[in-house]
Amino acid sequence: MSEVSIRAKMSSKKKAEEVPLKAKHIRSWGDWLVLVLLSVGAIVMLSPLVILTMNAFKTIGDYNASGPLTMPAHPTMSGIVSFWNTSHFPVKFVNSLLISLVVAVLGVMLSVLNSFALGIGKVKGNRWIVLMIMLANMMPQEALLYPLYTMFKRIGLYNSQLAIMIIFTVIQSAYGTYLLSAVYGTFPQAILEASTLDGANRWQTLLRVVLPISWPTISVLFVFFFVWTWNEYMIPMAFLMDDSVQTVPLALATLQGQHTMDATTLAAASLLSIIPTIIFFVIFQRKLNQGIVAGAVK
Amino acid sequence: MSLHSKTRGAALSRLPGNKPSRFVPYLIPGVLSLAVVIIVPAIWNVYLSFTRWRGVGPVRFIGAANWRRLFRDEMFWKSFENSFWIIVAIVIIPTVLGLFISSLLTDVIQKKFGSKVASFLRALYYLPQLLPVAVASIIMGWIFRPDDGAFNALLHAMGLGVLQGNWLGNPKTALPVLMFILIWIQLGYPVVIFMSGLQRVDPELYEAVGLDGANWWQKFYVVTLPSIMPELLVVILTATIGALKTFGPVYLLTKGGPGTTTIVPSYYSYNQFFQVQQVGYGAAISTALTVVIIIFSVVFTIIQGHVEKNMD
Repeated sequence: MSEVSIRAKMSSKKKAEEVPLKAKHIRSWGDWLVLVLLSVGAIVMLSPLVILTMNAFKTIGDYNASGPLTMPAHPTMSGIVSFWNTSHFPVKFVNSLLISLVVAVLGVMLSVLNSFALGIGKVKGNRWIVLMIMLANMMPQEALLYPLYTMFKRIGLYNSQLAIMIIFTVIQSAYGTYLLSAVYGTFPQAILEASTLDGANRWQTLLRVVLPISWPTISVLFVFFFVWTWNEYMIPMAFLMDDSVQTVPLALATLQGQHTMDATTLAAASLLSIIPTIIFFVIFQRKLNQGIVAGAVK
Repeated sequence: MSLHSKTRGAALSRLPGNKPSRFVPYLIPGVLSLAVVIIVPAIWNVYLSFTRWRGVGPVRFIGAANWRRLFRDEMFWKSFENSFWIIVAIVIIPTVLGLFISSLLTDVIQKKFGSKVASFLRALYYLPQLLPVAVASIIMGWIFRPDDGAFNALLHAMGLGVLQGNWLGNPKTALPVLMFILIWIQLGYPVVIFMSGLQRVDPELYEAVGLDGANWWQKFYVVTLPSIMPELLVVILTATIGALKTFGPVYLLTKGGPGTTTIVPSYYSYNQFFQVQQVGYGAAISTALTVVIIIFSVVFTIIQGHVEKNMD
């Protein structure tokens, strides 16, 4: 969903202007009102996650007795431990990590190769290929799902993470190519000429000149490919049947599908499922900001 | 651009001394994989929409029968009617709210309370966007659980216990509650994109308009809105495509029900593929959805081009 943020972030070269201290201190009652309103809004946004966290550490007896809106009377890790064990959470985590990493690496490599040929090579028919790639980006996954399902089943890759890796590498690289070929289309001509004068061939120019200069954009693409793939749900659900190959979102969905599931176990499982996402966000935030500030390519 | 320079541009690569054709090898892996994973399946899916197939056994060509059935199928039309409400929840409401929140965060909070407060609040609005959609949906489904859910408990605590209900299981409330959940998931997206666009606006522009005695609304119209028009258009385009593709929340929260009250095209086709094994009909629904998305994107991109031209 946040596909555009890359584009938007890359186009905003200027960081927030430093606010003069004087202006900061003249605050009207209207300014305070805005602060209060926006804070209330933010609290409403946050509240489902806060309530979820409170109940993730409750026993079901505690929940039944005092309801979901109180702090846990006897805090317990049992819900989290139970989901950790029954869902084989470490396996699911490693699966998600492996799939997302492979897709991010391969997706970036394909995007770079494509964009080098389209944006810098200006291969004949490049406009048609870019148009085709734009169409590929718009495709709803359902319109590919059944043929892909049949194809991969026939070649024995049903229930295989390899199938998921291949599919999402191509889906993500379609977006990456769309974005990066536009960036390479405006790559500084002088640098390319200098590279040729230095006697570099195409491959050397790509590796030693184009790649390092466009690294900020590429690293942003990498992060987004990773997160998008981590978050995918429909195709992995249709392809990955066995417990041993499934991903984190699938593990939680399986649990939620069991209607007998009590409220605290589901809360604990949901909390555990969002922890990796929060950790990645903390790690990646810096990388993302680097990409935004550097923005050297455009 | 003259015709001469155009033809020259087409014949030369941007790397001096290298013919464009020499770059073809770089394109082979990308084009081949695109063909295998997207182009062939997409065409195959269109073909399947003209067949009857249970997923196993022979594929039988039946002409346009699925398509004739589609246009008479009330559930199909209902699914697009619901798509409209999903667009309200994913595009219209978050975009409007996002415009106000982002401009207030930039214009008031960042200036008067500092950028740390502003980015902290922004992060809180963005948090649901970070979560996998499936996980975010399950969390909100948990909040709206029948009987002992947090939302019912909240109503009870406020003395509104009579209003308690099975929010996602009641045909009257299922769609509005689903929409509320989608708004919660989506809101952070326009906020972050618009704020990033607003950093580009020259503060002197605001001051100049302020000196002319403009109030906040006038500043919003005259400065804020035109400045982030590119971001606004991109958000509307991508969010609408996303809304038309909505699957996870519906599948995980309501399975299109109760009855057909929350059915959407994407879930309907999935249901035909994997639950009732009507592959041909599922292919017709998903092809129809693709056509709608492509028509919308083309029309919107044309409008976008006109708007951006008028602004220059």
